[in-house]
Amino acid sequence: MERRGVIERIKGPVVIASGVKNVQIGEIVEVGEEGLIGEVIRVSMDNFTVQVYESTSGLKPGEPVLATGKRLVAELGPGLITAIYDGLQRPLEEIYRLKGPFIERGIKVNALPRDRKWEFKPLVKKGDVVEEGDVIGVVEESRLVEHRILVPPGIRGEIIRVEEGSFKVDETVAVIKKGEEEHNVKLMHEWPVRVPRPFKARLSLETPLVTGQRVLDTFFPVAKGGAACIVGGFGTGKTVTLHKVAMWSDTDIVVYIGCGERGNEMCELLTEFPKLIDPRKKVPLLERTVLIANTSNMPVSAREASIYMGITIAEYYRDQGYHVTLIADSTSRWAEALREISGRLEEMPVESGFPAYLPDRLAEFYERAGRVKTIGRPEREGSVTILGAVSPPGGDYNEPVTIHTLRFVGALWALDTELAYRRHFPAINWLRSFSQYADEVEKWWAKQFPEFPRYRRRALRLLTIASEIEAIASVVGEGALPDDQRLILLTAELLKEGFLRQVAMTGEDTFCIPEKQYLLVKMIMDFYDRAYVLIRNKVPIDEIAGLPEVFKMMRVKEDERGLIAVKELYKQVIEALNQIAGKYGIDLEEVIQVGGK
Amino acid sequence: MAESDRGIISLMKGWYGTVYRGVKEIRGSLMIIEDVKDVRYEEVVRIMGPDGVERLGRVLEVSKDMAVVQILGDREGLEANCLVKFTGSTFEIPISDEVMGRVFNGRFEPLDGLPPVVSGDKRDINGAPINPYARVYPHDFIQTGISAIDGMLSLIRGQKLPIFSYSGLPHNVLAAQVARQATVLGKEEEFAVVFAGIGLRSVEARYFMEEFKRSGALERSVLILNLADDPAVERILTPRIALTVAEYLAFEMEMHVLTILTDMTNYCEALREISTAREEVPGRGGYPGYMYSDLATIYERAGIIKGRKGSLTMMPILTMPGGDLRHPIPDLTGYITEGQIILSPELHAKGIYPPINVLPSLSRLMKSGIGTGRTREDHRYVADQLYDAYSRGIKARDLAKIVGEVGLSERMRRYLKFADEFERRFLSQGVYENRSIEETLDLAWDVLSIIPEEELVRIPREYIETYHPKYRGVEVELP
Repeated sequence: MERRGVIERIKGPVVIASGVKNVQIGEIVEVGEEGLIGEVIRVSMDNFTVQVYESTSGLKPGEPVLATGKRLVAELGPGLITAIYDGLQRPLEEIYRLKGPFIERGIKVNALPRDRKWEFKPLVKKGDVVEEGDVIGVVEESRLVEHRILVPPGIRGEIIRVEEGSFKVDETVAVIKKGEEEHNVKLMHEWPVRVPRPFKARLSLETPLVTGQRVLDTFFPVAKGGAACIVGGFGTGKTVTLHKVAMWSDTDIVVYIGCGERGNEMCELLTEFPKLIDPRKKVPLLERTVLIANTSNMPVSAREASIYMGITIAEYYRDQGYHVTLIADSTSRWAEALREISGRLEEMPVESGFPAYLPDRLAEFYERAGRVKTIGRPEREGSVTILGAVSPPGGDYNEPVTIHTLRFVGALWALDTELAYRRHFPAINWLRSFSQYADEVEKWWAKQFPEFPRYRRRALRLLTIASEIEAIASVVGEGALPDDQRLILLTAELLKEGFLRQVAMTGEDTFCIPEKQYLLVKMIMDFYDRAYVLIRNKVPIDEIAGLPEVFKMMRVKEDERGLIAVKELYKQVIEALNQIAGKYGIDLEEVIQVGGK
Repeated sequence: MAESDRGIISLMKGWYGTVYRGVKEIRGSLMIIEDVKDVRYEEVVRIMGPDGVERLGRVLEVSKDMAVVQILGDREGLEANCLVKFTGSTFEIPISDEVMGRVFNGRFEPLDGLPPVVSGDKRDINGAPINPYARVYPHDFIQTGISAIDGMLSLIRGQKLPIFSYSGLPHNVLAAQVARQATVLGKEEEFAVVFAGIGLRSVEARYFMEEFKRSGALERSVLILNLADDPAVERILTPRIALTVAEYLAFEMEMHVLTILTDMTNYCEALREISTAREEVPGRGGYPGYMYSDLATIYERAGIIKGRKGSLTMMPILTMPGGDLRHPIPDLTGYITEGQIILSPELHAKGIYPPINVLPSLSRLMKSGIGTGRTREDHRYVADQLYDAYSRGIKARDLAKIVGEVGLSERMRRYLKFADEFERRFLSQGVYENRSIEETLDLAWDVLSIIPEEELVRIPREYIETYHPKYRGVEVELP
């Protein structure tokens, strides 16, 4: 249903055109001689307004506009994994092969390669009655992902033909008949990106997303199906932290959206991911990843679309029964794109020039996270976890994107400039961050380590108290504090250096398994309990602080022997404290037993 | 035809096709022209006033019968009855290898008395975004010979690393030193320098010209100078012209190019001026809401491309208005660039050159360019330990201001001493002093030896045993 019109007016990425009847909001149009992609965002009786996804430089009034009758869709099918797309799902690798290193405009390339064949194994047979969402067969998309071919939403009926063998994505692999209507099921289908994909029911969130980053897993966990945001000014390590989560978290699929960020960062992912090997399956982690890159210098309006493109792809894998982690870096750049378009439309701005519908858009996006029972058979559950970066101007949280994002997410990872200056990474501030999922996922931890919740809470409380004492120490000097307060500062130092700080890019400390996280926090807190008793019995703090084991506790996380090293050091620490106790005639074990009750 | 018109028409050589006479309104740097046909968005416009001076302009908005044009250049002397010609193309410059060693103004007209560049090869100064897939991740360490940068904020080939400064600090001296000394370790290749002066004072422009001449760098440099008394709106073009030249040299002539853009604050002021003239909804500080995207189209032109030998390294310089790091200009820049080097007036007042405040400074690409096989195996850990120790030292210094040095614990006093020595010996160096990375790291170890060995927890044991002065058998003289 293609119809032609003409350009009336051009104002940055916004073009006003006329001459097409019944044009719909959300309809895709091709603008100008070069056929630049745009989306209709406003209609009136005489004309309509188009948000163009490419540079409009050189366009002139009078050039043609072609209304396609289609909406902005994502192509869903095998071939998504390992691809890198722009915000409109154009494959950047293919564009590079066709056009060279610089992105020209007006390029039209299919998202999924049409010439590649996939081995399709059917799981249904002729005569079966299928419903929407049913798995009719599988394709091995990568060594890590078995791509399940689903009956597209809205279709049901009897299988009258089903194929087996090698197929291209746009070839029919099954035919479903209902009444007189026949529907060809292909390996791919399209889905409008602004519409959430359907599911049967939402499920409660129980399992944590294990990221291997201690400060996140232990203190500020996000549940599978939850939403978290990471907020911080520039240089505080948002992207580095998110890269690490993308690399090491225990998720089936990662969709990484680089939205208005640096080109070299996307390039780093492309360079690093093929080198990182999945510890379980010994296959590069790239084979579970979809990348969407609309860097800061690429057209602003496509940045707006990239978020929806990413979440639609994430939901598609969720519907296949996978746990998907979607990372959006950065949602602030996306909000700025909204602001820019809104400004060109001369809409009335509210706070900081952002449009009044900013909170609605943010809510819609974060609400697409969740753990669900999917439609179709066999019965399966999947989840989409959203991790969004927020880049507040000047690092000040009192700005619209941060304020509204915090209303819709369950966890905040607040990055701290002071920590970043000291090169304490991840620079997550333990006083300012929060996680509403902590209580829910505590059960998961307690099943393996019954004492974990108690240690976690005590460690967090100790850090809070330590920050108060630090404030006093910064006025009177540390030497003027009583010994028990100095012990708290010492223990806080151990937690910071020996537990929270985790910077390694290679080796043992890049990923910390839950058991090791537990043992480390237990070791430091048990040290505190015993040392506290000693200090109460007049042992000078310097005698404890000077123990070589204290410095060892700061480095044992990096020991290549892993758990063994931590267990060994634990014994040494207890032993060293017992020795001091012996010297002063204190029975440490007995006091701990009594005090522990 | 009036006599005065005849004079003007004789000046209009090369004006072919339709010429419009008379505009509806001239307001600030904007011009509104009615009853026009076939005008393209962002095309270049030639404007001739009754004074016979030709100016350039650019289409900002166009509809069927009306165009809004941004006037570049001097507006004085223009009247509503002027001549306007739409050129049909966006802003382009002719480019060839003749640009080397030349000096141009902010409209790419020669300032050195030589003829303009003639070439059939014309480039749109806006460039096109680099496909992220086509990028090569930068990892070649550039030795600048400056300890603070090489040791703690390593510059990598293809990186964009800005200097955030204050008015009156020696950022230009630092930039010139980097341009003079930068080499890639192990390769004796010299960088070609593309220098864009944006709203530069003539004194500063002369400083750079003379520095480049003295070090013999002028023949491998291209200077694009928009001086402080040149029209402000031309500042929008200056960095883009410079980067179009730099891209040509890097990705077609396969050279390693260092681009210095100074001062980006003047660029942003010009952007704000235009935005205000267009009556756009202002963002923070009156700067336009799209300033982030606009700056990105400049900064993101740095990089390395697959299959091309050259590279484009960028060092923009900006003075932070009011010395405020949270001001929109440094803030948005920091979000786009790969780190920042921040200068400190306190260090400058103490007589330390270069006055780099390393704590808030950062080089994001450092990790990929240093370590075994690139600089030295202990580099990363030493840098980490320096950061940690120096931040403790600064904390101790602050505390000493309140409780006095005697009120500090012995441990704190040691860190305080470390901070002093770090600034005195490691940070400070001469304007013409060129230290190798080995010297820089050894110097770092010398100052680190103030701290007891077991507190160096960020450095693996094996490197302590290799490089610590105690194990090297080096006597470190400390006051």
